[in-house]
Amino acid sequence: MDAFTTLTAIAAPLPMANVDTDKIIPARFLKTIRRTGLGVHLFDTLRYDPDGRERADFVLNQEPYRHAQILIAHENFGCGSSREHAPWALLDFGIRCVIAPDFADIFHNNTFKNGILPIRLPREVCDQLMQDARLGGNARLTIDLERQVVVRPNGEAIPFDIDPFRKHLLLNGLDDIGQTLRHAAAIDGYEARQRQEKSWQPAIAI
Amino acid sequence: MAEGKPRTSPDSAPRTLFDKLWDSHVVERLPDGTCVLYIDRHLVHEVTSPQAFEGLRAAGRPVRRPDATLAVVDHNIPTSDRSQGIAEPESRLQVETLEQNVAAFGVPYIPVLDARQGIVHIIGPELGASLPGMTIVCGDSHTSTHGAMGALAFGIGTSEVEHVLATQTLLQKPAKNMLVQVDGTLPPGCTAKDIVLAIIGRIGTAGGTGHVVEFAGAAIRALDMAGRMTVCNMTIEAGARAGLIAPDDTTFAYVRGRPFAPQGEAFDRAVAYWRSLPSDPGAAYDKVVSLDAAGLVPMVTWGTSPEAVLPITGRVPNPADEPDATRRAQLQRMVDYMGLTPGQKLTDLAVDVVFVGSCTNGRIEDIRAVAQVARGRRVAPGVRAMVVPGSGLVKRQAEAEGLDRILREAGFEWREAGCSMCLGMNPDKLTPGQRCASTSNRNFEGRQGPGGRTHLLSPAMAAAAAVTGRLTDVRELS
Repeated sequence: MDAFTTLTAIAAPLPMANVDTDKIIPARFLKTIRRTGLGVHLFDTLRYDPDGRERADFVLNQEPYRHAQILIAHENFGCGSSREHAPWALLDFGIRCVIAPDFADIFHNNTFKNGILPIRLPREVCDQLMQDARLGGNARLTIDLERQVVVRPNGEAIPFDIDPFRKHLLLNGLDDIGQTLRHAAAIDGYEARQRQEKSWQPAIAI
Repeated sequence: MAEGKPRTSPDSAPRTLFDKLWDSHVVERLPDGTCVLYIDRHLVHEVTSPQAFEGLRAAGRPVRRPDATLAVVDHNIPTSDRSQGIAEPESRLQVETLEQNVAAFGVPYIPVLDARQGIVHIIGPELGASLPGMTIVCGDSHTSTHGAMGALAFGIGTSEVEHVLATQTLLQKPAKNMLVQVDGTLPPGCTAKDIVLAIIGRIGTAGGTGHVVEFAGAAIRALDMAGRMTVCNMTIEAGARAGLIAPDDTTFAYVRGRPFAPQGEAFDRAVAYWRSLPSDPGAAYDKVVSLDAAGLVPMVTWGTSPEAVLPITGRVPNPADEPDATRRAQLQRMVDYMGLTPGQKLTDLAVDVVFVGSCTNGRIEDIRAVAQVARGRRVAPGVRAMVVPGSGLVKRQAEAEGLDRILREAGFEWREAGCSMCLGMNPDKLTPGQRCASTSNRNFEGRQGPGGRTHLLSPAMAAAAAVTGRLTDVRELS
């Protein structure tokens, strides 16, 4: 996983609430056995008409937002399924940060695992950042994870909260599994205790 | 889970069912409150696992507990005859990839042509693989279903699938506790599906975000296990990763004798433990919502979010009445996408397709409810009505009861087990503009196929729509 430190980039405004994972990446594109290559289908039904032509009114089909690395949306972003194809599609398109008033839990979790930073900010701040984003290529936002701020084009720094453990993993691009395996002895111990205490618990065998 | 408060209560303080499940699975608590949480059962399917196995392979890691893991294919497979294999190349590749992975890593697997094959959330409880008191995960958001057993069960992404395969744990922080208290007695014509749709309508699709929801009250206690699973299944549509129902005699009677459940004396010891799990009197919840089941009317969704739900007696809302601009635009988009007119009666909506099945309503009890309405009636002309059992064992049971014959005689298609039309990943799909009365769980744009229009409802309501050709109040069919 790539580390996330600072990012200065074009932000795309997507003023929609309840952007569900079927909107982010429809189920018919989940038949892949790879993590990459999904960017072309990101927001497929919003982005393309039924004949596969780009819809000119969708933000990611417009300049400079084709090059956006930050996405700003409204409430409950990423609701619906657990498909990690949603953050994979965002990442493959180039999005490294999503800003919204709140996120669905599983999606929120999944973004961190892929080096994407989800930032929760109040609705009115998101609206303000969307106004900034509408200024286009001359109005980049800067995300500074170490300082936990979003810097607006006018220089104003807006602080955001993040779980310290997740921040540490993101800043250093650390693999969760590697972290957990440092507790292997504790896991062994837990399993040994459970075999005693819950000896009724059967194993699966087909 | 999400980011609930770190619990500081002493061991003697009253605890919720969630607190007990959580505490008993904490391997280690890190200084910032993140926990290494032990996972008792890991269910695996073909869509969200290939990249996880690929990750294991790249790192040279084995599956830590194959004996705690169960794999099956469900999302991709056709629900017509499967004996000739899967025609669609990408679906076939995903299924074959799972088969290669389970063989390489020694994971127990139920093959497509095995009678026990079915939707992962149907077969877990059905086979006794999902038990009270467990932590259960799967790379699928509807893992919340298994909470009906009195287990902490939630969906995870593929990175976490890999994490569980490698370590049998997850790094999590405890969620907050939410109680949904459903008192009263369900009126005739109303079911578990109507309870959960009403709750989602009340609290919204983000109402449970960051929480684990425990369902309690007389109306929940009175539900059979199938109904409880329907309720917990759709907890994720209210934003909560996990739903829970305290295990009781109904649960134990359901578990007894299932193939992977403890047997004989081990079962008795398990029950003794399971009886300690229900929330203690006086346990505290961060949020409480109450609902009177007696006041319910059969529910149906009209829009493209499960919270866009109304009693069947209702009318399509007018977006112009909504003061908030974002919300108004959202409602207008729903009305347009669904091809509706504000003020239109829901019972005036003609349907093209009726889908009965899915991890929400693909159990034998659901099929009985459909057959009861279908018996002696005919599917309306021009309507395609399909019944897709949730598993091969459900199918077998239905056939033993003669339900397939009743359904076929009424003009329903009787199909093989799988996720089918719940999501457009297999050949069962809506075509653009088709309107579907569906017993599944999501009505998102394009969920059942690009341009498809989904109305979520109970199995009995779906059957009523099939025989009349429009959304219908099942209480009017006597």
